[in-house]
Amino acid sequence: MSILFDGLSLGAIYALIALGYTMVYGIAKMLNFAHGDIIMVGAYAFYVALISSGHMALGIVVAVIFCTVMGMVVEKVAYKPLRGASPLAVLITAIGVSYLLQSISQLVFGADPKVVTIPSLGTVSLLGASISVSSIITLLIGAVIMAGLTVFVKKTRTGRAMVAVSEDKGAAMLMGINVDKIITITFAIGSALAACASVFYLMQIPSVEPTLGSMPGIKAFTAAVIGGIGSIPGAMIGGVLLGVIEKICLSIPVLSPYTTAVEFSLLIVILLVRPIGILGKKRREKV
Amino acid sequence: MAMLEVKDLEVCYGVIRAIKGISFEVNEGEIVTLIGANGAGKTTTMQSVMGLIPIKHGTVTYEGKDITKTPCHKLIGLGMAQVPEGRRVFQELTVYENLLMGAFSRKDKKEIKDDIESIYEKFPRLSERRNQIAGTLSGGEQQMLAMGRAMMSRPKLLMLDEPSMGLSPLLVDQVFDIIKEFHKSGTTILLVEQNAGKSLAISDRAYVLENGEIAFSGTGKELMESEDIKKAYLGG
Repeated sequence: MSILFDGLSLGAIYALIALGYTMVYGIAKMLNFAHGDIIMVGAYAFYVALISSGHMALGIVVAVIFCTVMGMVVEKVAYKPLRGASPLAVLITAIGVSYLLQSISQLVFGADPKVVTIPSLGTVSLLGASISVSSIITLLIGAVIMAGLTVFVKKTRTGRAMVAVSEDKGAAMLMGINVDKIITITFAIGSALAACASVFYLMQIPSVEPTLGSMPGIKAFTAAVIGGIGSIPGAMIGGVLLGVIEKICLSIPVLSPYTTAVEFSLLIVILLVRPIGILGKKRREKV
Repeated sequence: MAMLEVKDLEVCYGVIRAIKGISFEVNEGEIVTLIGANGAGKTTTMQSVMGLIPIKHGTVTYEGKDITKTPCHKLIGLGMAQVPEGRRVFQELTVYENLLMGAFSRKDKKEIKDDIESIYEKFPRLSERRNQIAGTLSGGEQQMLAMGRAMMSRPKLLMLDEPSMGLSPLLVDQVFDIIKEFHKSGTTILLVEQNAGKSLAISDRAYVLENGEIAFSGTGKELMESEDIKKAYLGG
């Protein structure tokens, strides 16, 4: 029971990050490999705000704002000039941005991990199992954020514009949609979600270092591909699935050293059986 | 002064000159047609006028304003709209949401609702299928939706790129009837067609595009009676 809860809350973290990958892929048709490092940026922003103010809530707000701005700046400086360039050039640029962000934070904060002291929230017992409060908070807030995002995409003017751009850029322009603006908004939302994920991540592992974003970034990317890259519900399902599997593997002594191997094997199996992912859509060739 | 004036337009794909310096104009209240065979440059012309592909040389003027370098999304607010080749409705959105997208540049919520209702009146099929995903519509229904969607921005100048492509003769007639109706209600029309007979019959003026150049121009009637055009485009 408590494993399931931990798994679901880790899954919510992966899902929040995976949403950033999948939305950017859907709309800008690029893999933003620097997305994982936005989590790291968010974690440092949270850390700095927390030690200088002592307020957890302020830390979250600072992390979200800082990441949102950072995501928009990265898009404007690094990716926008490459609009229409070969996908390979954009991919290499994203990897470059990833190393750049890591190196900058190493310059500023040094390579040693910094401990983030988050007051422990304790555990509660539910149906006979003790479940950590931070897991419950992560799960609840994660669910609220994802529900909010779903409503935003389905019901608002901007959300529908995002769907339109992801389906057909040219036709979206003919509707009067400013595609560049939609791409910027997508990066902003993805980065804000990554900032939330970074705070939840620190509640589980309270230490920050420049390479913090790599592993959750790759796992979340895996989750996005498993769920079907480009699909928003797919990213949520993939993230939760991966989180639960990770926690279950970790709880089984024989399997626990191979947890990561199990997760990536799942990716390979999914790609063999259903290359477009669980909820991925085949792109129809337009005539 | 012409509503739309294209002067010495030149468009290149890499080293290939697809459009080799063409000029044409559309006056307010007219139906003007560009006809031409496959690969003549009709769609390229339409897309470059809308700012979807870059213009190498030449100018595009709309209502006296130079729009050569204006991005596409700003043109919609100025009263231009285009039904793209191949319809390109948003497959994942419903019929209703597609119409709503057409009104993206407008803010007058109540009137948008009214306009959607009047589109439903004009196209009963769309009304029946308003909550259906557009990808499940037939080709003809998608063409109606694409036309309805373009009208949702209340354009002064509507451009249609091969609206009759891939449709049965009955539906083709319907499409041309709708174009005439739009025109009657005060919309200026620029039409691109391979179906020369039908389009010349409703056109005030027409231009014939051949290999990226304008080969002939004249009134719809003149071109219909010209021997050269008859041979090349009207099958006789």
